Amino acid sequence: MGRYVARRLLNYVILLFIAVSLTYFLAATQLDPRSLYLIVNPPLDPVSIEQSLLQRNLSDNVPLLERYWTWLTDILTSWDWGDSPKGGPVQEEIRRRIPVSLRLIAFGSLLGTIIGVALGAWTATRQYKFSDRTITFGSLFILSVPAFVIASVLQVMATNANNATGVRVFEFVGETGSHGDYFGAGLADRLQHLFLPTLVLTFINAAFFSRIQRNLMLDALGSDFVRTARAKGLPQSRAVMKHALRTSLIPTGTYFAFTVATLFTGATFMEIIFSFHGMGEYGVTTITGQDVHGAVAVAAFAGVCVLGGAILADIMVAILDPRVRLS
Amino acid sequence: MTENLLETASERPVEEPLPIEGESKRLTRRQLIIRRFLRNRTAVVGVFTLVALIILALIGPNLINWTYDYVDRRAYLKPPSDRHWLGTTQGGRDMLALTLRGLRKSLLIGLLVAILSTSIAAIVGSFAAYFGGWFERVALWVTDLLLVIPAFLLIAVMTTGGPKGAQAWILLVVLLAAFGWMLSARVVRSLSLSVKEREYVHAAKFMGLSSPLTITRHILPNISSLLIIDATLNVGGAILAETGLSFFGFGVQSPDTSLGTLLGDGARQVNSFPWLFVGPAIAVVLLVLSVNAVGDGLRDALDPTSASGGSAR
Repeated sequence: MGRYVARRLLNYVILLFIAVSLTYFLAATQLDPRSLYLIVNPPLDPVSIEQSLLQRNLSDNVPLLERYWTWLTDILTSWDWGDSPKGGPVQEEIRRRIPVSLRLIAFGSLLGTIIGVALGAWTATRQYKFSDRTITFGSLFILSVPAFVIASVLQVMATNANNATGVRVFEFVGETGSHGDYFGAGLADRLQHLFLPTLVLTFINAAFFSRIQRNLMLDALGSDFVRTARAKGLPQSRAVMKHALRTSLIPTGTYFAFTVATLFTGATFMEIIFSFHGMGEYGVTTITGQDVHGAVAVAAFAGVCVLGGAILADIMVAILDPRVRLS
Repeated sequence: MTENLLETASERPVEEPLPIEGESKRLTRRQLIIRRFLRNRTAVVGVFTLVALIILALIGPNLINWTYDYVDRRAYLKPPSDRHWLGTTQGGRDMLALTLRGLRKSLLIGLLVAILSTSIAAIVGSFAAYFGGWFERVALWVTDLLLVIPAFLLIAVMTTGGPKGAQAWILLVVLLAAFGWMLSARVVRSLSLSVKEREYVHAAKFMGLSSPLTITRHILPNISSLLIIDATLNVGGAILAETGLSFFGFGVQSPDTSLGTLLGDGARQVNSFPWLFVGPAIAVVLLVLSVNAVGDGLRDALDPTSASGGSAR
């Protein structure tokens, strides 16, 4: 078991290394940090432009492989992921942004998953009834709408509600805003700002997981061991909860591990629309800002998240599935 | 019964069902599929909506007075009126014409990406399963590698640095397809693994049929249900991916337009100028919803293990 895990881990690390290197080559050839200096008014001296680019290892006059080597050795020797073209080190930026993303996605994804799994399991036991059809269609509908459209519509509704009541109940710009200084005002303010993005994330996650869970649950309900459980005299509810639900939760666990890990960069739309300065937003600004090192660092972070999810999924299966645990 | 089994994914035209005395009439596989599909109301409505949208995208632009790139100098950023049914943009372009144009582009992108990525998935997955050995290992490794790379970011990088102009959307199609086939390829592989051990595949092999022909003639047709479902669902996925990329300005570029580009512009001003948002939003939701509904219906109808098809008769 231990050797197997170690081999998989090594394989993952090699995969990640190659993926990040490829991303570096792509970003370094496709993005153009020089253009940032060229559009400055009044124009800068070409020599000084070249010098600042050289200093940051971004000059396209240096051969690509040489730049790559400098970049790689910096990371390996001093964990320095490079500077952005006109700003500071990218890893400081990332360190600041990870908790923001975490705060944004934590509630929504957890709540959404729980609601989704519950809904999916419930609708599977009521297949083709009215409630099943409504919820199935509802989740199909939510998954067919781009995330930012849901967010925008909710924003409009919130604005109207605010205007109608005359009280700013819903906040949708940034993480925090101005608030009174009564006890717990800061927390209340944060929760106010979190409400709308969390709602959107909950909707999307619930829709996603209810579809998965419904399918898995239907498979489990139709299987022989549930029939056996009923035949030996277990009441339906017990057969469903103990045998069908538990079995069908195993694959859902792996999905959950994956989605949680990838959400760090997947909540980009929420971050941009609700002005949370998290990782997803950083990914977009690095590309529009021709920031080679920033883009590669975000890609590396996202890759680590995917692999973390994969490992987490493996562990989840090992915990939930006795067949894996015992073999 | 045997006839039905042998006929999986047959291309044969529907024949008159043979009447068997004392029993209800027998159904060919195709009739069975159609019957199961028609039983799913959502899917049927989806087909009609989808056909309507396709017709609208094809002939709609000829029915209205404005072209998508015409600038009406007397109407900048005007709300819907008799002159412009869905209002105009900041640049004085008619929203209805733009929406129809965007619908056409999004449909085209969705279809092309789906066909491309499902083809890649089918080829990589089935060849990996059929040949096994180092070929399979390399294919799986590449699949894993592409899964680790954050596709969204990479596509954004490449479209930012890539060529601009009227044909730039073709690059977008290629990139979306290149990063969209991995999960399906894994499923194709695992299905092909079981199909390749069937007698008819062995027979084809021993009769001297070349490997590519064995795969395309005997393995792929037998997993065609999966491929059809996958392609359908990929259409919706591709449209949503394009929409997301265009929202950030990494997708289809002006003066050309897609539903995503329109939505991206509209979403930023939705509180002040809702007409820039509502039209494209409804179009994209209808489009993706109908495609997904059809995909769901196809899954229920084509997948013999699916319980949701109801009883067979």
